[in-house]
Amino acid sequence: MSLILRTATRFLLPLLLLFSLFLLLRGHNSPGGGFVGGLVAAAAFALYALAFDVATARQLLRIDPRRLIAAGLLVALGSGMAAWLARKPFMTGQWSSITLPGVGLVPLGTPLLFDLGVYLVVAGVMLTIILSLAEE
Amino acid sequence: MRPVLPILIPLMTAVAALLAWRWRGVQRGVSLLGAVALLVAALILLASVWRDGIQVVQIGSWPAPFGITVVVDLFSAIMVALAGLMGLAVAVYSLGSMDTAREEFGYYPLLHILLMGVCGAFLTGDLFNLYVWFEVMLMASFVLLVLGGERAQIEGAIKYVTLNLMSSALLLAAVGILYGLVGTLNMADLAQKLRSAHHPGLVTTLSMLFLVAFGIKAAVFPLFFWLPASYHTPPVAVSAIFAGLLTKVGVYALIRVFTLLFRHDVGYTHTLILILAGLTMITGVLGAVAQNEFRRILSFHIVSQIGYMIMGLGLFTPLALTGSVFYITHHIIVKTNLFLISGVVNRLCGTYELKNLGGLYQAHPGLAVLFMIPALSLAGLPPLSGFWAKLTLVQAGLETEQYVIVLVALAVGVLTLLSMLKIWTEAFWKPSTRNSQPSVNRRQLVHVFFPIIVLALLTVVIGLVVQPFFVLAERAADQLINPEAYIRAVLGGTS
Repeated sequence: MSLILRTATRFLLPLLLLFSLFLLLRGHNSPGGGFVGGLVAAAAFALYALAFDVATARQLLRIDPRRLIAAGLLVALGSGMAAWLARKPFMTGQWSSITLPGVGLVPLGTPLLFDLGVYLVVAGVMLTIILSLAEE
Repeated sequence: MRPVLPILIPLMTAVAALLAWRWRGVQRGVSLLGAVALLVAALILLASVWRDGIQVVQIGSWPAPFGITVVVDLFSAIMVALAGLMGLAVAVYSLGSMDTAREEFGYYPLLHILLMGVCGAFLTGDLFNLYVWFEVMLMASFVLLVLGGERAQIEGAIKYVTLNLMSSALLLAAVGILYGLVGTLNMADLAQKLRSAHHPGLVTTLSMLFLVAFGIKAAVFPLFFWLPASYHTPPVAVSAIFAGLLTKVGVYALIRVFTLLFRHDVGYTHTLILILAGLTMITGVLGAVAQNEFRRILSFHIVSQIGYMIMGLGLFTPLALTGSVFYITHHIIVKTNLFLISGVVNRLCGTYELKNLGGLYQAHPGLAVLFMIPALSLAGLPPLSGFWAKLTLVQAGLETEQYVIVLVALAVGVLTLLSMLKIWTEAFWKPSTRNSQPSVNRRQLVHVFFPIIVLALLTVVIGLVVQPFFVLAERAADQLINPEAYIRAVLGGTS
């Protein structure tokens, strides 16, 4: 693979991952969300696999993408079941807030957790497909 | 929380199995555990619906016509319980029959995702959500169908996928038009608003779109041909769960939609359904008579049996719907069992072709008895479950003076018996033509025979102790034909 692509990828990978997290967090009230975020994250690793090779990309990812799917489903499921603790119907949003120094009051809710689950599932599914196809 | 458990348990099971991707043994254990949990949850749900009436959960606390509602009336609860039972039967059977390669490529997670889709379709009270569950179920079934990648499987899958995608597109279009017409997709809300709809002609047209969409999924005449072309190709455990549950989701959707939503012009829509029911019965059974492969015969019989279930809907009286519900219950148990038995026969003889089979009665008389029970029940011989199911439908037909459909139902029953006898004489009775016996693993046989024996016993029990099952079906049918309770449970006093 070309030297330019490889060098660029080294810089692009962290940027893309940061961007994917930005999309995930932004998604609560604006365009964005877990789905696009997950796609961008998967694209980052796919780019890495293109620039180097699949084995290196897998090494960088460290965990099996299938585990990502399972973990994402689990997180999403947990966010729905959290409502049961408050004796509300499944998937009812639960909210609390914390005060971060320098930022102020940050509301935290289960919808974000659900989105995080979506993020992981989408990234996991895309990577499972892309990496398996690239290995053929 | 109870009504959503039958959706969440299979999902959790699938996640756990996915996490244990590399450990086949763990996956098997998780799958078994999940199936047991699903059945228990489903039975508890059935009991509580029986005791306390229709149960409703507004997902995410969004009130009824706006959010997604999960509704369980008795019909839904019965279907979920049956799904749980079949899930467990097939999960146990898979332990003794699924090959290592398929297990390693995610058979167990897929099986439970399929069960999740089926349960979701039975439980949802929202038309678009119903479409989504259909897709979940189909997605899992597509992969299960081709898992293993044998040539015949791919060939069957192409027909299966194409037809089902077409029906999904039709369903989606119908849902969209309905939303444009009425402005809601909550089924209880729809039921109310359709009563005062200004365009009865348009509603009837729409109902026909739904009839075609669900008709393809339920394998109703003339759109059934994908079923016998694909059901005999995957491993038996997969065939069995498909045969038991998937087309019945289509039948469930038909019954739900044509008892709750489209009942403004029963004279037209339900008469058409009745005609289709008759044609479905006849074509299915005639197709079966022409076949000479074990699973293909059974596949064609699914089609003809679907006709009976739809017949109850077409007659549209309380007794007829009772017959339909009872028939579905009986059929799911019997049909799954017959497929499981065909798998054992294949294991013992190495083939599904009737002309190469034989001598099974002499070699395995126990298996022959186990085959006879569901086979005769399917044909409707007393005192087995199928007899009461057919009797109820025939009675309902006589009551409404629909003599043609009654005649068809009886004639098809006789033909079904003939074709079951064909399997009996070819596979069990005629002398064996083979010399070698394939080696059989005894421990695996336990896994394989356990569900078959339990399902056969259940068939006999339903036949001998009809009353409680009949009363259950009767109350379910009563809720279907008088949907006021359903609508009130979902919408509360808000309307």
